[in-house]
Amino acid sequence: MLLQQLINGLTVGCVYAVIALGYTMVYGILEFINFAHGEIYMLGAYFGIIFLALFTSSGLAASNFPLAFALTVLLTILFCSAYGFTIEKIAYRPLRKAPRLSPLISAIGISIFLQNYVMITQGATDKVFPQKFGDASFNFLGASATSLQLIIIFASGLMMLGLHLFIRKTRTGKAMRATAQDMTMASLVGINVDRIISVTFIIGAGLAAAAGVMVAAYYGLVNYSIGYVAGIKAFTAAVLGGIGNIPGAMLGGVVLGLIESLGSAYVSAEYKDVYAFIILLIILLIKPSGLLGTSVEEKV
Amino acid sequence: MHLLDVKGVTKHFGGIKAIEDVSFKIQQESIVSIIGPNGAGKTTLFNCLTGLASVTKGSITFMDAAISGLPAHKILEAGIARTFQNIRLFSDMSAIENVMVAQHSKIKYGFASAALRTAGFRKSELETRQKAFEYLELSGIDSFADLPANSLSYGNQRRLEIARALAAEPKLILLDEPTAGMNPSETSEVMTLIKRIRELGKTVILIEHDMKLVMGISDRIVVLDHGVKISEGTPDEVRTDPMVIEAYLGKEAAH
Amino acid sequence: MKRFLHSPVASALCAALLFLPLKDLKSAVILFVFVLAGISAAPYIRKLKIPQIPFKASGLSGFLPVLTITIFALLPFALKDYYLDVLIMFGIYALLALGLNVIVGFTGQLNLGFAAFYAIGAYTYALLNTRLGLGFWPSLPIAACFASLSGLVLGVPALRLKGDYLAIVTLGFGEIVRIVLNNWDTFTKGPNGIAGIEPPYIAGFSLGKLQYYYYLVFMVVIAAVFVIRRIEFSKTGRAWLAIKENEIAASTMGIDTTAYKLYAFAFGTFWAGIAGTLFAAKMQFVSPESFTFMESVLILSMVILGGIGNVYGSILGAFILVIMPELLRDAQLYRMLILGLCLVVLMIFRPQGLIGAKDASAGR
Ligand SMILES: Nc1ncnc2c1ncn2[C@@H]1O[C@H](COP(=O)(O)OP(=O)(O)OP(=O)(O)O)[C@@H](O)[C@H]1O
Ligand SMILES: [Mg+2]
Repeated sequence: MLLQQLINGLTVGCVYAVIALGYTMVYGILEFINFAHGEIYMLGAYFGIIFLALFTSSGLAASNFPLAFALTVLLTILFCSAYGFTIEKIAYRPLRKAPRLSPLISAIGISIFLQNYVMITQGATDKVFPQKFGDASFNFLGASATSLQLIIIFASGLMMLGLHLFIRKTRTGKAMRATAQDMTMASLVGINVDRIISVTFIIGAGLAAAAGVMVAAYYGLVNYSIGYVAGIKAFTAAVLGGIGNIPGAMLGGVVLGLIESLGSAYVSAEYKDVYAFIILLIILLIKPSGLLGTSVEEKV
Repeated sequence: MHLLDVKGVTKHFGGIKAIEDVSFKIQQESIVSIIGPNGAGKTTLFNCLTGLASVTKGSITFMDAAISGLPAHKILEAGIARTFQNIRLFSDMSAIENVMVAQHSKIKYGFASAALRTAGFRKSELETRQKAFEYLELSGIDSFADLPANSLSYGNQRRLEIARALAAEPKLILLDEPTAGMNPSETSEVMTLIKRIRELGKTVILIEHDMKLVMGISDRIVVLDHGVKISEGTPDEVRTDPMVIEAYLGKEAAH
Repeated sequence: MKRFLHSPVASALCAALLFLPLKDLKSAVILFVFVLAGISAAPYIRKLKIPQIPFKASGLSGFLPVLTITIFALLPFALKDYYLDVLIMFGIYALLALGLNVIVGFTGQLNLGFAAFYAIGAYTYALLNTRLGLGFWPSLPIAACFASLSGLVLGVPALRLKGDYLAIVTLGFGEIVRIVLNNWDTFTKGPNGIAGIEPPYIAGFSLGKLQYYYYLVFMVVIAAVFVIRRIEFSKTGRAWLAIKENEIAASTMGIDTTAYKLYAFAFGTFWAGIAGTLFAAKMQFVSPESFTFMESVLILSMVILGGIGNVYGSILGAFILVIMPELLRDAQLYRMLILGLCLVVLMIFRPQGLIGAKDASAGR
């Protein structure tokens, strides 16, 4: 029972972690909460369903499901990254020098817009994931993990590792870190800050998109409103780990997933969605810098 | 008796030692200048004195009461007001409203009398406004009273900061580079204003880069360098202090 | 090639392409045309100077407010019940926007969970009335004070946080309140809501009839405007504004910034409590559905649309966002879509809102 809850928690936690990366990367550079980030994840879930349905009707899914699924994920990431890029360019970039409330409100506007954009085009009712993943499950110690759960955990781990390597090893990754540390300085040494910010949004959106497809497959149902709750939870994960801190986001996501899973199993399932908020409140009030963050004194 | 007694004040930001064991005393109704090269810790010292930065070590005594650790608004109530090197006006409020804000802690009416617009409330508001206007006059910017603060010229914004600090009716006023970016005639007007402020019975601590000005106006000078006090004394003493010449005036003398 | 990529056609093509999987080709083509037209027209629109609505010249004693009040006082004689109903909702939202404006507009503290205080007001009256049989009039101050107290309870810890964090904490609080209302079946009857709430009575005479209720709400809104305007132009209002403009300078000018932010929270949520009570008594029914995050966003949009920090702006914002969707019934589906878009466009092109924040000459 406990082990089972841990597996379930880890699966969900990995998804939160992957979404949380987008929040944390953007916050690290712009000190701005990209409120619309959760909607990208929602879009990812929808695109996943749409593309897979396309492959199903064209027969590809029947003949070669892994290929069809991989293509679906790829296309979804492509589309969502384009959305992320566009949103930053249209709604956030003009506000970079505006008072701090302005980009946040703009992001809220985008979030509402995207929710309703999907609701109007795709309908308000739940969408069903076209393909059921094999129920093959692996049993150990009395608990079972489905193949999909293992895929999610594995794929999330891979994405996090990939991001980590990207940021540590590549030129662009190093430029991202420099920009996060000091934007003015970075632009003085010749880094194209606008480009770096675009890249950040593209990567964040791509990750959220992947998370969206995985969740759509995992739960089998999606709705235009899932982005809001998932967004808040991923944000909580980011804050929990220490916002702006990439390993922190991963840790925060997993911890939150576990807490939720254990909480619903042993405390109350009805209040499942409240745990994230309560953790968020406690963290912000007690240690706003999060588990892995360091605090800085404000400049006067 | 000294008005202000700074003892062994130290301020670190993580690894940066912004101020290291600085002590000095300030006599009532004097003008004291704090000088030192960029990054010497002058502004940080002001921040410590006004409760915007916590001191890492040391004590600050003002009129025989310990004020280190008090929140900023309590320090104003104790009688210290300041201006900012990087202007911090309430930019969308009018000039006179900026000055009225500074009288906040002097205004006694409560929430209810404001909601009911009692006679006491109206009288108090009128007085606040009149007083604010007087301070604008004193600073020579009364003609801009109803303009938004951010529409004033740079020099006038600095003067508005001084008017605002004065309106809090402090015993000690801290001016952080009040003439930065001003032309010579504006600068000399501000210097006259500072002398006027002292005549009103107030004590002034001044951060200033212009050596001539500092020498002319100050009763005493404290010299900081890399967070450490390297010299203190009358202008003549400081001028001839080899430490100062090396650290600061040496560079000045070169051109 | 590079030229093409930066042309409006390319942008519109991208938009259509990104949209295509979600709907069909026909819609994508329509979108293409719209985006193309929009982008091509943008430079000209940007050149248009939208005039500031000249509210400046008129204080509360001025001509415009008197005219507005007169018109609104006469409306029940001219309007059908349906429209009165809408106007009552306008009044309730105006109260909410006025309250939120104190927090967001005057003091600059973003609050994304304002519907929670609206809910607390509504449920306080609903419970007092259905469980203890307490009437509207004694409940009104209790509900308002209770909402205000909740504002303090949230504010004491939350106001240490800056900007975005505060926004998220208030959002979290709003969600917690809603989820608790939804799940605490024994106390709140959960998602089924509480029915059978009484309308107000005066000397045994029910104000439940729309015309009477309209006047009740109308009076409360006017009272709110009066009180809020007076506080705005007192030392408290100045302190709030100073905090919004520059918190550090405000604190060195003797303002206890934490305390004044708390006052703003308590004062703003007080009006949410009043609005909640009025809402519960009007509907005679409350359920958690009415107090979602979208509700908080709607109220915030009213404040921003009219002009952050401007009392009349909040009312105008409430008017537009309550009345417009009623007038454009067919556009109901697009209401939130357009609202979201409006927020973005406003932030970019007109962050001061329709009326604008400053109303310098009034109130003196
Ligand atoms: N909030 C802060 N966090 C970290 N370091 C700080 C902070 N405030 C000041 N410092 C550092 O403390 C040192 C002293 O700075 P301060 O602003 O006090 O110098 P200053 O003498 O006022 O210089 P200037 O003449 O340029 O105004 C500098 O090295 C500065 O970078
Ligand atoms: Mg300085």
